[in-house]
Amino acid sequence: MSDDTDLLLRRILTDVLGLKPGQADDFDADTGLFGHLPELDSMAVAGLLTELEDRLDIVIDDDEIEGEMLETYGGLLEFVEAKREDG
Amino acid sequence: MKPAIWPCPLPGGGTAEEFALVCDRGRARRLLIVPALFDEGNRMRRFTVEVMRRLDAGGVDTFLPDLPGCNESLQPLDRQTPADWQGAVNAAAHHFAATHVLGIRGGCLFAPAGLPGFHYAPLKAASTLRQMLRARILSAREAGREESREQLAELAATHGITLAGYPLGADFYRDFEPMVPTSDATLIAQEQLGGSGLWLRAEPDENAAQADALAALLLGAIAA
Repeated sequence: MSDDTDLLLRRILTDVLGLKPGQADDFDADTGLFGHLPELDSMAVAGLLTELEDRLDIVIDDDEIEGEMLETYGGLLEFVEAKREDG
Repeated sequence: MKPAIWPCPLPGGGTAEEFALVCDRGRARRLLIVPALFDEGNRMRRFTVEVMRRLDAGGVDTFLPDLPGCNESLQPLDRQTPADWQGAVNAAAHHFAATHVLGIRGGCLFAPAGLPGFHYAPLKAASTLRQMLRARILSAREAGREESREQLAELAATHGITLAGYPLGADFYRDFEPMVPTSDATLIAQEQLGGSGLWLRAEPDENAAQADALAALLLGAIAA
């Protein structure tokens, strides 16, 4: 289950960040996301969250979203994996 | 490709001039394009125009009007209603003698009935609003304010609301929220173009392969 989530998350980030195919393969737990990529403003983050919801079949409440979750790839992966297990 | 002016009906009567980007060589096949809405419209514009260039090469005239209140329009966005927008698109279709219509993303919601239509990656109005509300909540939070979706939805339905920089009137919000694309158009899904939708990107982007694919699908269908 978690391997599947990891793969899906890399794919979603590829789509949202417009990465070249394979570029997200290099992301590890410490790879910086929000706060490290200037183009990830609140509109872009909203888009990312909506995409996560739709493709991972989870619901993300507005009050669950906090800066740390989006700071690194590892943080985001942990968050969505937990959501998928709950669901 | 040229700018054109077309007469857009005003709610109180009369018309106002609106801008359209057109490739009009007086050909028989004339495709009206209803653009993606709000911030998606910005992100999809280059792609839209790239598709128009390819359609031009393929023998199809294309027309990309501004919706009143958007892009170059002088009309105030916060006074528009979905009915105004539908009237505008219908008027543009008539003015340009469109034979077909392509809706892009939220533009599909306003594709005129009665024209053979194509819906590229349609979505419900509620999805558009959900994302814009979320962006507002996130940026309010960054500024140290907590806003809830319920509060904002109530505000929007009674007083109107500014989302992603777009001021939407209360009438617009209430009438827009329940809109869904009609089902009688030909659906074009992102899978048919390959790759991922350019509206997902944080910044405007272009993709020649996707533009080629969409143009080819349309040319195949319109020529028939």
